[in-house]
Amino acid sequence: MNYDFDYADVLQQLPYLLGGALVSLQIAFVAFFAGALLGLGGALGRVHGPRPLQRAIGAYVTFFTNTPALVQVFFLYYALPDAGVLLSPLTCVLIGFVLNSAAYLTEILRAGVVSVRRAELEAAATLNMSRLQIVRHVILPHVTRMIYAPLSNFFIILVLGSSMAALFGVEELTGRAINVSTTNLRTIETFSVVAVIYILITFVASLSLALLGRWAFRVHARIF
Amino acid sequence: MGTLWERLVLEAPEFFNSYNLLFLAEAAARTLGMTAIGCSIGFVAGLALAVLRGSRAATLAPARWLAVLYVETFRRIPFLVILFVVLYAIQPLFPDASLTAIATVAICLLSTAYLSEIVRAGLESVPRQQLEAAEVLNFGPARALFQVVLPQSWRVILPPAVAFAVMFIKDTALASHMGVVELTFAGKIFVERGFSPVLGFGAILVLYFALSWPLSRLGAYLEKRLAPARHP
Amino acid sequence: MPQLDIRDLHAHYGREPVLQGVSLSAERGEVVGLIGPSGSGKSTLLRALVGLTQPSAGEVLVDDRRIDYRDRASQRWLRERLAIVFQQYNLFQNMTVLRNVTIAPLEIQKRSKAEVEALATTLLDKVGMGHKRDAYPDELSGGQQQRVAIARALALRPEILLLDEVTSALDPERVNEVLDTIRALTREGITMLIVSHEMAFVREVSTRVVMMDHGRVVETGPPAQIFDTPREDRTRQFVSRILRH
Repeated sequence: MNYDFDYADVLQQLPYLLGGALVSLQIAFVAFFAGALLGLGGALGRVHGPRPLQRAIGAYVTFFTNTPALVQVFFLYYALPDAGVLLSPLTCVLIGFVLNSAAYLTEILRAGVVSVRRAELEAAATLNMSRLQIVRHVILPHVTRMIYAPLSNFFIILVLGSSMAALFGVEELTGRAINVSTTNLRTIETFSVVAVIYILITFVASLSLALLGRWAFRVHARIF
Repeated sequence: MGTLWERLVLEAPEFFNSYNLLFLAEAAARTLGMTAIGCSIGFVAGLALAVLRGSRAATLAPARWLAVLYVETFRRIPFLVILFVVLYAIQPLFPDASLTAIATVAICLLSTAYLSEIVRAGLESVPRQQLEAAEVLNFGPARALFQVVLPQSWRVILPPAVAFAVMFIKDTALASHMGVVELTFAGKIFVERGFSPVLGFGAILVLYFALSWPLSRLGAYLEKRLAPARHP
Repeated sequence: MPQLDIRDLHAHYGREPVLQGVSLSAERGEVVGLIGPSGSGKSTLLRALVGLTQPSAGEVLVDDRRIDYRDRASQRWLRERLAIVFQQYNLFQNMTVLRNVTIAPLEIQKRSKAEVEALATTLLDKVGMGHKRDAYPDELSGGQQQRVAIARALALRPEILLLDEVTSALDPERVNEVLDTIRALTREGITMLIVSHEMAFVREVSTRVVMMDHGRVVETGPPAQIFDTPREDRTRQFVSRILRH
């Protein structure tokens, strides 16, 4: 088997691919922050809400974490037009990703919400602290130690998961890789270059998150 | 919404005919089969990598570096991209390879990377003195691994390994893009044949849930059950 | 000819020298007590003898045979004659008491099941653990685990037994049950090297006491000499400080 690897065509398309990487990161950011907002509400409701709400959130989380994000998006993508709602593929994908990540983030943040209560008890024992000081010196450190590492990991998972958007025609990194490879017919070369780009951006993301955690929250997360 | 409901009621008898149900069952079996084979092979290979990374011999240092490189690389590439690379690498070499087999190879590559990290954490949870005790009793390295270290690592390995399998049941959905006839692909076929997407993908979601949920519960149970005790 | 002959043994932890030329020998049936301050190299000496810490120089002879610690066959031969009991017992947590005692004789020494099980029963009864043969280590107290560890070492039928601070990790009220077990063993003629901080016990059971400091042997002599009329200042200092407690 003789196959001559030829990276020239792919490298020419590097700026186009890197632009796609930016789109991937944007998708991950939207899914992360919108999901975290919903997830925070979910976590608070799951811990402090009335019984029926707790049950409903529990069912939501169980359903979304036990079915594939891809099929969830397929469902939206094909069923919404049926119900008379017409959205662009990107919007559809984003809605699906946010609903999905909200479920996982509810679980992650719930651990934080639960730990607040324990931290408050500890704070009650230490006297002479104002409400603000308690939040600043007791609760915040407690909660960040609890959730920082899982949140960082989940962000990386979202960056990798955003590649799924390609299957709906969104031109993020993997989508652009498909575009490039169908014109240059150098699939292996194209996708190996794209793999390296994913490795680099997730590595930079892990590194920055670890450094941010160390600097801002004194969380010593593993980089590797 | 009234019309959607009417459409579902109208389609349901035709959708749930015996031929379609058999087709769905086969697709579910393929999803489960790819996950099971991928995770089993991934576990064995991951165990080998974990043992290699825990070794101390100076001559194995380059191999240890390769193992680290492999694990760190494959955990940072989207499964979809791995699928593409594996598909286009294998097809010219083995034109007769089935799509399911190719997808399973991709799953093994990825699961090896993730499971080796899980296994490594398990092996490292066993105190070094257990190994020293085995060494002075003349246990060889393999015997020490399989009779002393591994049996004590299960409680640390099993819960995250089961969680990983749950994740992989869902990730195999991406293989549908290559044309592997697993659950997600089955859903697409139904929708293409004119069934309502709510019915087609709804049924698929329910089936994924039926595969994944019991396993999630098992993982949660194991985590609670195995936490304190070290003996079986 | 001594049964165990250690000649000018050196060992390092990283670049830190922990044994700086230890020479020591034991005749068959002798009970040698090793004393000295923490970090003097007593435990390292025992670890080096069984090959857990690679000696960097010097030699060890057992029954007049030189041990090559880089050769697996030589190590195997050594470990069939030399058993060690650790401070932290190190019983296999995934095995019952009986399995801990029988696994090496059965599966590594390939001795017969009937013989090994009979011996294990005898040994467990001797250390007072016969009633716990089906228990797991984490169901036992520290003293009980240590007695099982002694039975495990003896099941190998070693010619030399090394005891590395076997009572240091125990609750005070558990120390005596283990010391009683060892005391009984000293009457059976097995060669022993005992590292211990229990000075009264060392004095009672040892035929000879070795004082170590900074990875070297300071003084060797019968217990009465070391504890009552030491010749070296360092020994006098150490012994008087310990005995004052």
